[in-house]
Amino acid sequence: MTPITTPCDLNHRSPHESQLSKSIAQICAQPAPGIWRNHLFKDIEHLVRLAAVIAIALIAFVALRVVVVPKSFGQYGHYRGAAIAEAAARPVAFAGHETCEACHTDVVDQKKQGRHVVVPCEACHGAQAKHADDPASVKPPKLDTAVVCARCHEANSAKPKAFPQVATADHSQGLACDTCHQPHRPKIDDQADTKPATKVKK
Amino acid sequence: MLLPAAAVAWQYLQAGTPEASPNYKLTEHWWGMLIDIPKCIGCGSCVRACAEENDVPEGYFRTWIERYHVADWKIERPEVESPNGGKQGFPPNQETTGKNFFVPKLCNQCAESPCTQVCPVGATFVTPDGVVLVDKSYCLGCRYCVQACPYGCRFINPKTNTAEKCSLCYHRITKGLTTACCEVCPTGARQLADLKNPQDPIHEFLRTHTVQVLKPHMATGAKVFYNGMDGSVR
Repeated sequence: MTPITTPCDLNHRSPHESQLSKSIAQICAQPAPGIWRNHLFKDIEHLVRLAAVIAIALIAFVALRVVVVPKSFGQYGHYRGAAIAEAAARPVAFAGHETCEACHTDVVDQKKQGRHVVVPCEACHGAQAKHADDPASVKPPKLDTAVVCARCHEANSAKPKAFPQVATADHSQGLACDTCHQPHRPKIDDQADTKPATKVKK
Repeated sequence: MLLPAAAVAWQYLQAGTPEASPNYKLTEHWWGMLIDIPKCIGCGSCVRACAEENDVPEGYFRTWIERYHVADWKIERPEVESPNGGKQGFPPNQETTGKNFFVPKLCNQCAESPCTQVCPVGATFVTPDGVVLVDKSYCLGCRYCVQACPYGCRFINPKTNTAEKCSLCYHRITKGLTTACCEVCPTGARQLADLKNPQDPIHEFLRTHTVQVLKPHMATGAKVFYNGMDGSVR
């Protein structure tokens, strides 16, 4: 029969090691007797080192996070809250037809007499926020009606059937549209047209 | 007048529409848009205005227009074209038979947006007022969101190398203005909608019209509503 193998002798330690163990045991203030004392010492020493490493890593992580993560992160959700204000701070290019109409009341009256009442100013005239900022020095460029009108009114089978369309080559033979039409009130024979404008764009 | 344009608008808006208060509160709005397809004439004004307002690089689009041609019963195989995003309008249509119409596209400002869910750094998000924005200073340019968007509404800006998309003109709507595309639309085919504002005409419109969102089966919570949309629209 083979003898039963005994576990290694846990009391078998070098004198130096046992001295070190004693000092740790004093710190722990809970000296365990006999065989368990030496066993615990070994583990505690190991765990203290590990705990120290974890504590340093944790402190470093928290410190780094405080420095790196923007203050507004998490204000509304998992993103930088200040980004909302930054997006809102961008300057506008299109002033909006309300702004135009505040000054150009004559054009408003003219447009009300025709179907172009629903067409906002900057659809044809382009972005005019700079003009609205400084009307004296920034003037909108003169429009080429042959180009601008055709953008909407050039015939195309995909356009709604009720929308007024012409094949410009046949319709005007290259003449600018404003030769005959007043762009703000395009219908030619509408002098007697007193139909009030009923549909106003929101 | 030395005031900036938005401030000029404010004066007017404050006088005319008191509900457009300058004290913009994030929690009091829930933005979306209404696209009235039967009104769209494919003029490309919205695409040009968007590019100018938001400094969109040439060849990239935050909004674009598609022209559909559906031959008779083939609604599963529509022919779709969008030359330069419809920025210069569309050439005369060769197709005169079947169904032909324009569909403007833009970010659907999804409430459950797939693009924000995949962002690994929190650079894109849904604001408390329901707009999906990109934080340029946080974006890594990893392109996850570009792939995640089921509507193809995102791209990488070649100048900044960050993700970019329609911001629903956040800098305008927070000042009481409408978006650039809605502002210039000559037929009213595009309308900005505040779904939290009971005075907004969108509510009456949604009650009385047959309205759809794009790809409802994706359950993205899209807030761009399409009126009169054909089943062939993808």
